[in-house]
Amino acid sequence: MIIAERKPLNEIMNMVQDAKRILVLGCRGCVTVCSAGGEREVEILASLIRLGKQKAGQEVSTIEATLVRQCDKEYIDSIDQWDGQYDAIVSMACGVGVNFIANLRPMVKVYPGVNTSSFGGSAEQGVWSEQCAGCGNCILHLTGGLCPVARCAKSLMNGPCGGSVDGRCEIHKEVPCIWQAIHDKLVRIDKADQLAAIAPIRDWSTAGHGGPRKTMRNDLTV
Amino acid sequence: MSFTPNIQAFCCHYTSQQTLAEGPQGLLADGFPKSVTIHRLVCTGKLEVSTLLKAFEDGADGVYVAGCPADKCHNLMGSQRAAKRVGAIKKALAELGVEPERIEMYHLERGFHPDFVKAAQEMDERITTLGPSPFQGGTK
Ligand code: SF4
Ligand code: SF4
Repeated sequence: MIIAERKPLNEIMNMVQDAKRILVLGCRGCVTVCSAGGEREVEILASLIRLGKQKAGQEVSTIEATLVRQCDKEYIDSIDQWDGQYDAIVSMACGVGVNFIANLRPMVKVYPGVNTSSFGGSAEQGVWSEQCAGCGNCILHLTGGLCPVARCAKSLMNGPCGGSVDGRCEIHKEVPCIWQAIHDKLVRIDKADQLAAIAPIRDWSTAGHGGPRKTMRNDLTV
Repeated sequence: MSFTPNIQAFCCHYTSQQTLAEGPQGLLADGFPKSVTIHRLVCTGKLEVSTLLKAFEDGADGVYVAGCPADKCHNLMGSQRAAKRVGAIKKALAELGVEPERIEMYHLERGFHPDFVKAAQEMDERITTLGPSPFQGGTK
């Protein structure tokens, strides 16, 4: 899922300083699962915004709503029901949601309520860790299913770098060296010979270095 | 000018048994401050962050939660969960430029216990010193 975290409140209060009526808009997708921008977090943020405004001696009213998703046009269309009832939207979806609202409703002021950080999973309750960087050219079949793009501090394709100590990364001691883990895994599944192959220089254009990426499926377009 | 704080206390069934046994008059006689309004819950683990924030929105100058000792909660982890939520609100209050001490978590022995009164007195004293809530209350 996409991992996000609520922005510091002073940042959010600055964004909405001119708004008197605020639509706090959550998303039932990833950000609900990682407890950043679902229904519960919308309720909390709306309350905190009201308190922040009360403290500043400013009037405020809030609308609290949570869409099924904010990354599909049909769900964004449903915000029209609040037309004229808000001055600004604070979206608690990932950055995709904020962009979608901005794309589809050019006159609306929309602000991000969360920082979108990574693609990851739940490591333990309340902890999420990055697993994939969306590089657009997956090589997990060569690395025992463990991603060096997202999980090696240097995104090495031919690791390890030689700096790891006791299986820990030389850059972040608290993080396992993913190349050590890849090595151990490939040995375990009898694919150690894959380690001898030298990965060629990578073309990173699929990773966003060639501008925004677009995925098109001709079998699905109408 | 004297200031009588508005303090909202959220207490689990087990730590607030004294209120049942003694009733409001008995509690006052024990020195329980008038400024504190008690809300009894089955378990503090059931408390939502939004409920505690609402108390501030409704005009509380201070809020506290009283649950079981962290390692001896009747519902295993209820009071630990409540303590985490109180911690999250402390952080949010600080981000809004408000004293985080306006909210507190107390882990109290279960049953009939003088610490229940002591916690209320401590909050009464603390909030009286801090003064009225910087949130004006009432606007929604
Ligand atoms: S190789 Fe690329 S697509 Fe595959 S997991 Fe790593 S970042 Fe994601
Ligand atoms: S120690 Fe391992 S994870 Fe860290 S940079 Fe080197 S190869 Fe990558």
